[in-house]
This record gives sequence, C-alpha cells and structure tokens, in this order.
Amino acid sequence: MSSEIFVWPFNLGLYFILIYSVVRSTVWFRNLSRPDKLRLQRGFFGIPFMQSIKEIFMESLLHRRIFKKNFVLGYMHMSLAFGWFLLIVFGTIEADFFGEKHLNPPSHAIFFRAFNPDHGAVGLARAYTHLMDFLLAFILSGLLLAVIKRFIPSMMGMKKTTKHTWSDRTALLSLWLIFPSRLLAESFTCGTYGSGGFLTGNLGAALASFLPAAEIAPWFWWLYSLALGTFFFLLPVTRYFHIPIELLLIFMRNSGITTGDKSSSYTEVQTHACSSCGVCIGVCQMSYAAGINDIQSAYFIKGLRSDRDIAAITANCLMCGRCEEACPVGIELGPMRLIERRQGERPDTAKRFLERYSLTGRRSTIERESTQSYGYLVREEAESADVLFFAGCMTHLTPSVISAMKKIMESAGVRYRFMDEQGGVCCGRPLMLAGRDREARELINHNSDIIWKSGARILVTSCPICYKIFRESYYLEARVMHHSEFINLLIEEGSLRLGYLHRKVVYHDPCELGRGSGIYEEPRAVISYVAELQAVPEEGTMSLCCGGSLGNLTLSSGKRALIAADAARSLTMSSPDELITACPLCKKTFGQATGTRVSDIAELVAAALPKPVKKSRGRPARVTTKSLNHG
Amino acid sequence: MKGASKHVIVAGGGVAGMEAAGSLAEMGYRVTLIEKGQDPGGHLLQWHALFPDRRPAEEVRGYLRKRLNHENISVITSTVVEKIRHHGHDVIVNLSGGTEERADAVIVATGFDLFDAHRKEEYGYGIYDNVITAAELEEMFSMGKVAKADGTLPSRVGFVHCVGSRDEKVSNNHCSKVCCVTAVKQAIEVRKMLPACEVFCFYMDMRMYGPYYEELYRESQEVHNINYIRGKVSEASVNISNRLVIKVEDTLAGRPLKMEVDLMVLMVGMEMSKQGAGLAVASGLETGVNRFLETGDHHYGNNVSRMKGVFYAGTCTAPMNITDTISHARAAVTETVRYLNGR
Amino acid sequence: MSVRQANRFGFGINQSRQINYDTSDRKVRDYVTLREPSFRLCFACGGCSATCTAGEHISFNLRRMITLIRRGEIDLLRDEVTRCMLCGKCMLVCPRGVNTRNVVAMTAEAIRKLDRNEL
Repeated sequence: MSSEIFVWPFNLGLYFILIYSVVRSTVWFRNLSRPDKLRLQRGFFGIPFMQSIKEIFMESLLHRRIFKKNFVLGYMHMSLAFGWFLLIVFGTIEADFFGEKHLNPPSHAIFFRAFNPDHGAVGLARAYTHLMDFLLAFILSGLLLAVIKRFIPSMMGMKKTTKHTWSDRTALLSLWLIFPSRLLAESFTCGTYGSGGFLTGNLGAALASFLPAAEIAPWFWWLYSLALGTFFFLLPVTRYFHIPIELLLIFMRNSGITTGDKSSSYTEVQTHACSSCGVCIGVCQMSYAAGINDIQSAYFIKGLRSDRDIAAITANCLMCGRCEEACPVGIELGPMRLIERRQGERPDTAKRFLERYSLTGRRSTIERESTQSYGYLVREEAESADVLFFAGCMTHLTPSVISAMKKIMESAGVRYRFMDEQGGVCCGRPLMLAGRDREARELINHNSDIIWKSGARILVTSCPICYKIFRESYYLEARVMHHSEFINLLIEEGSLRLGYLHRKVVYHDPCELGRGSGIYEEPRAVISYVAELQAVPEEGTMSLCCGGSLGNLTLSSGKRALIAADAARSLTMSSPDELITACPLCKKTFGQATGTRVSDIAELVAAALPKPVKKSRGRPARVTTKSLNHG
Repeated sequence: MKGASKHVIVAGGGVAGMEAAGSLAEMGYRVTLIEKGQDPGGHLLQWHALFPDRRPAEEVRGYLRKRLNHENISVITSTVVEKIRHHGHDVIVNLSGGTEERADAVIVATGFDLFDAHRKEEYGYGIYDNVITAAELEEMFSMGKVAKADGTLPSRVGFVHCVGSRDEKVSNNHCSKVCCVTAVKQAIEVRKMLPACEVFCFYMDMRMYGPYYEELYRESQEVHNINYIRGKVSEASVNISNRLVIKVEDTLAGRPLKMEVDLMVLMVGMEMSKQGAGLAVASGLETGVNRFLETGDHHYGNNVSRMKGVFYAGTCTAPMNITDTISHARAAVTETVRYLNGR
Repeated sequence: MSVRQANRFGFGINQSRQINYDTSDRKVRDYVTLREPSFRLCFACGGCSATCTAGEHISFNLRRMITLIRRGEIDLLRDEVTRCMLCGKCMLVCPRGVNTRNVVAMTAEAIRKLDRNEL
C-alpha cells in the first residue's frame, strides 16, 4: 500500500514547503549583517539555543502569552498547535513502532490508519489508538472554537480581527478540512475493518452501519491528503506562514538580533512571523476610541508582506507602543514602522513583483531625498553650568512647568543654566518619528555642540520626547535626566524640603517616558512623596496614550480629541483631585479633554515647596557633585 | 388687568433678567426674580464704563435698578434655579435649598461666564503677575488706578484679543462679539489715564459690528494713538528684568514679532454659564454646539425654547452686548405675554 | 507687447507683480488639500508663525505659505518649506485645529512632485 497514489498531494506539498523554507532561510541568513550572522551562529551553539527551545515550547506550542490574555483563545491556539504537534510525534512513533519497518517516509505516520486499517485491536496498540483518537478530538475541539471565532469573533472576546485575503481563505479552508477529513477517513476505514479507538472506532461503526464504508474511505483519504498538500503549497503566500517563521524569529531574537534602523532579514522574518491575530487591533486606541480600523500593526505588517503601497498606513500611527507591548509574537512594531517611514518612494510595480518572487527577501527603494535643511542655525556661545535645563519646544507653551522647575531648582540650590530660555532648537525627535533621521542629525549636532560646550554634567529636560532622543541618539558626556528623575534625585539626596499635599492624584505615563524610555518608578516615587497616588485601570507598560502624540503626522485634531477624551475618562475614573502627567504635550492634550485639573509633576512638587520660596542663589551645587561621583 | 394673577419666574438677575422682570411688572404680571448673587446686576456690577461712548456703567445699572423697583416684582437673591419642568398648565421651578415655585411661565436669563483665562496656559495667567483679564482691568478703572502688580505704572500695555473665543483648542469656535470693541474702549481709557503709556492691540480681525463701534476704532487711532498689530499672540514669557515678552506674528508685515510689555490684558470671551448649563441638563433644555441654549428658531423664534412656557432672554442664548440684551429681553417678554394670553 | 518684447526695448519691465488668479497653477493647493483637508481651515491668524522656532532664525512662515499656496504662488516656497523642524508647536497653538505639520510635509512632497512633472 506504500505506493498508494493518494499520498502524493501531501508528499509534494511537504517537499515543497521544506525546500522553500530551507531556501528562504538560507537567503535570509546570507543577507544578515556580519555581526548578526555571528550572533546567530553563537546563539545556535549556546544557552540561547536552549532558551529558544523552551520559548518555542511555551509560546509556539502552548501559547502561554495568549493564554494569559484570553483563556479560550489560548486553548484554541494550544489545541491546534500542541495537539497537531503531539499527533505528529505520536503518529511517527506509532508508525515506527507498529509499522512494517523503521524510518518510514513521513506519509506513513500521517496516513498510518490507511496503511494499517486493522491495527490496534488489542493490548498496548489498542491503548495507543485511544490516545491518537484523544489527540484528534483535542484538535477538533480547538478547530470548533476557531470556526466560531471566525464567524462570531465576539464570542471569543475578540473585538476586532483582521480581514482575510483570498489565499488566506483558501489556506484556512484547507486547514479546517485537514482534521475533519482525517477523522472521517479513519472512521470509514475503521468501520470497514472493525478497528479504531473510542472516537474513530465508534463513529466508524455507526457510519458503516448505513453507508458503504469501504468505498467511501479512499475518498476521504484523498481529501485529507489534498487538504494537507494545498495548505503546504499555499503556506508561503498566506498568514499561516507565521507558524514556521515564528520558530526562526525566536532563534534570532534569543541570539541577540534586534530590529535596528534599516530593513534587514530580521525585519523580513518579523514581517512573516505575524499571525494577524488581531491583538494589536484590540489594544489600539485609534481603533476603539477614534474608530480608525485600517492602520493597526496587523494591517501594516500585512501591507509589508503583500508589498502594497502602505505609506498612508505607515504614517497614521501614534507610535505609542501599546501594540508592541501586547504583541504575543514579540514583533518590534515601533522600529518596524519607523524603518518604513524612513523609506523613500517605492520602485515601480514590475520591479516590486520581480523582487517579491526573487527569494532574496529584500525590497529596494529609491533613497529618500533630504527634504529639510537647517544651515541657518547659528552656533551659540555656550555658558558653563553644572546642570543644564532644556525645557523643550512644547514646554514653552506650558509656562507653569517652567516656572515650577525654576522654583524647585532654586529651592534645592541647584546651579543651573536654562539652555532654551529664549527659545531653543528642536531636539530632532519629531523629525526622527517622521522617518527623517538625516535631517534630525543636523539638529542633534547643533544641540550637542551647546551641551558639550556648557560642560554640564547633568542635562535635565521637561519633555519626554526630547528625553528619549537625548538618551538614545545624542552622544553626550552629561547624564540625561527627565525632570521627574531629577526631582527624585533631589528628594533622595535631601536637597529638597517638601511638605505633604492632601490631594488624591492619578498619574499618566507619557508614552515616550514610560514605554519609550522605561521610566515608571521615579515619577511615582516623587508623587507618592508629596501626595496620595491612586491606581488607574491601565498603567505602566499598558498605559494609555493621550492622543496628542507627535508620532502621527496625519491624524486630525478631531480624532485626537476623541482619543484624549477616552483616555482621560479612564484615568479619572476614581474622581481624583488632579491628573498628573510628566509631559507638556500630554498636559496640553488632557487639558482640553477633561474637567479634572491637569498638572505636570513639577507643578505638583512646586506646590509642596515650603512658602515663601527661600532665595538660595549662589549656594554650592551639592546635588550635581554628589550624584556624579557614583553616577 | 387680564394678567394680574399670572405669575412669571425670571431665572437670573443680570441685564436681561432685570429688563424682562421690569417689563412684565409694568404690564401687570406678578414676577419673581431669582438671582444667584447677593444683588441683581450680573456682570454689569463689575464694569466701570461702557462702549461705544464710554458712559459710566452706573447709569445703566441705575436704569435697571429702577425697573426692579415695582410692586409686582419680588426678588429672591443668593438662590439658583436648578430645574424647570412643565406640569399641566404650570411651570414648576426647583430652587437651590430644596424649595419649589409654581409659575405660569419662566424666562431663563442665566447669562454667561467669562472664559477662565487659566485654560489658555501659554498666556501665563495665574503664572505671571502682570497678566490680567479685561474684567480685572475694568476693576482697576473703577478704583481709578491702572498699575502693575508691584504698584508701579506700566509704560506699555498689550491687549490680547480672542482669548477663549474663536479657538478650537479651548472648544470655543464662536466669536464673543463684544471683546474687540471692549479692547478699543479700554485701550482708550488706559491712554487717557496714563498718557505716557503705549498701548497695543493684538487682534485677528477687528469686528466693529455695532453703531459707533467703527467710529470708536477710528477715534482710537486718530486721537489716542492706539497701535494695532494683526496677529494672534502665541505665548508670553518673562525676561530677566521681569517684563512680559509677547510672541506674535505681525501678519501684515509677514514677520514674527517679539515685544516687551508691562501689562498684558486678556480679552476673555463669553461662554455658556456653568449654572445655565446645569439647568439645561437637569431640565432637558437643548443646547447648541457652542453650548449656549438652543432657541426654537434662529430667525423668528430666538426667545422660544422647546419647552412650553419657557422663554429665553439675553446671553444664555449667545454672546451679545447690553443694547442687544435689553432688546432680546423685551422680545422675550412679548413672547411670554403672547403665550400667556393664548393659553 | 509682451514682457519679453518690452525688455528688449529696454523698458526694464519685469514680470507682473500681480497674482494672476486666472492663470496661476493651483495643483499644489489641490494636492495638499486632498491629503490634509484641515488645510482649508486656516484663517491666517499667524499663531503658528509667532510660535515657530525656525521662523525666528530664517524666513519660514507657515501662515504666509498657506496663503501663497492657495493663490498658486509656490515659487517662493521651494526653499522655505525645507526649513521646518516638525517640532509641532504650531499644531498646539493653531486655533483652527489645522494639522500644520502634515501641511508642511504635504507641501514639500507636492513641490518635489511638481518639479519632477509628476503632479
């Protein structure tokens, strides 16, 4: 029976997908940068490899992260992935153990029952058959959930799921057909021979009682083989390609490869590792607060995969980072979008088509022209100071923050210089968010020059947007601190005497400070020191975006207002006296969106200063020297 | 005296409420005027002189007080109308303090609130000492001295138009109508009080819509040498010598302009009053996108609400000046009488 | 007599200073308006140009830029549009809620396309 012709759709599909995967992986590997190649090679023979195996087991098979978020969804994924995995493993053992010979071709395990119709009548073999039936039932239960999810997403707690392409649909249909056709094929065969476990045996007997089982069985074996073959053939052009690619992603990530700032094999792998699960859509404020449902990361990645023109999708994102935080696959969605924003215009359709099927996995672009030029900026004379205070563009529109910072620093006796008191030059982060790194570099150089010449050892900024770029893209000797960190330092060092305000407040993590720079603790420590800090529904890594983000160039003010109102509602649910933030842009945005008083953390601290403010100019700058000795 | 027994409640004792109460009483109706403050008079109480002729506000206050001095009018002060509902032929009014009043009709004249200048943080109100509102300048006029916070005299004063009006950022797209001419009037008064002081108005458009307004504008240039710069002030800061620095674009010159001033006056606009808004929500009275009360028809039903027996007078429906408020109140009385007679 | 002829005769007449609204090219305006509809909302208050950091240093004036685009006078803007730092202060100031940053970005894009005859 081994020469049965019906196994060939399966065989062809399997060989195709294996060869395709090997070729594709090889190309990706070849296109990796030298350091990344070394990382991967080192990672393959070390601890990262063990980590990857563990992660693959926990995430790709058991789907632990999805489980945590949504039990039913987790079960669905687990039963399909882990169930199928076990079915293959146990099937292979079964074929090896009970089959005619060892080291069979894969088809022997997959179509074991077709080749051994009367197997498993007694003893261990019978128990094993029950086990195989159990695994099939396990998968089928997950499949049932998948069908429900597809047609009634709300029943699975999914608000939004992504739309399918025709290839997705065909692949999905073949995927769905695989297990029911196996069930029926096995049942009919078992019905004919009176074999089988609790599922296939009983169902087979029932079916055989009124149907010509022997004649029908081959048809279902054909269907089973065809479904598998079709699924494998379609795999590379569908979302289901993520299943094998995710394994590769896990190896690469654990080896220490990161997205970086250019398109690379790693971005390609991430593109294909997206399962379009839709978690990113569910957490996207632009979706649930502003009703925009076609720009989320799942669609962005899908656009990258299908190589459509996605400039509009790419631009229309707050870059708040919530989706990246929630992504069960761990795709670096923010950096991916920034890379796309950096791209110039795309080559013409014919070239794109050729590139897409050339297996190189690389897409060429026309280099973006430098659109901006800042040759007009005058180099300023720098005064020296221990602490340099850079308010930031936006902060000039929230003068209460500036005046609060002045009061705090004067009260603590900090010898500081106000770098942009008369208006400064933009930090460059907004340009970078728009994908214009080269232009941003001009501004970075300009500001760096001033900072270096000042000889400052601490650079304090009131704007998280500036903070992020100062830390990440400026080459500075000075320690960069957001004012919440700086105030915390002043408190810890005992330089700042503060009273306690009897106010209930909530804290909003600005995107660029929290998710963007990992600063969660310091602001909370400062606030708790002077007032009663209450918890809010979504905080820390999943905190909301105020909607004012500079990361989005195209979002209208009306839509921004919807997002702001929704976020403000969530933040002020406990009716606090005050909503505290640490970003001038968030302050401005929330100021319009809520009746609750909105203040910056610096204002709150300034309010807790003893009154009247003691003039303490000329006092030595204790803070700066102390902090830098161990900083 | 057909209406002798009919009772009308007027909610709000500002210009509109006082005029409406006076007119109704004169016609023989029994009127109860409910005023939230200690005395009727509304915003007019804080005003020193009125545009366009700079007559003392006291003259108009006197006229209105006399109107209230009628046996048919009873005034309840320190009380707020919280809810209005229709019941059979009556209108029932809930007052703060838990009491209820019955009436045959109600005129809502809850007026306006001045825009809270703190909300326009970039102008530094509440942060810098010498940033004041138009209402605060008017108080200075009443006291007879325009001075900086430290008591010294300003040598340059800047008026910032459209603060809280025509500004999507504070959810007010509407024009408050009266601030332009108020700025011109106040600019002249500053110059008259302090002849050595330079005065600048920063405007987006000069909306001189009423009789003798344009003439006042002309006089301000011709006689009082007021300077006008067309541009919206974006922000203010203080420099080392503690003077305010205004940032604006001189849009007619096409270049950004920076100017030091000693005193910056914010021409705060009109918003639906908080009390009126609360009343509207509690009573189910409709409000427009500008949050003022929505009238039955913008052209011929401008005093009519959509609740039977409830009429509107004055700035609870839209920003307007005193002249228009008094006319609007009289029109509300006409509508009320027509309703009461036809019932 | 055309301008060129006039020049030949030595009158020194330069091209007309008038904005000829009937012949001016408003493709850039249409391009920007289509992609950033809030472009239409500008009422030329000058708030953006007052707060602008770049405008303090050099001729960069968004208010004037918008007016000129509306009139089809884009020659003056070619260099100017490159000077914006996209910092977004103007966006926070604008009383009409114009998405100013995207207006700049779209104008730059439109002019690039215009110069390549792609508009």
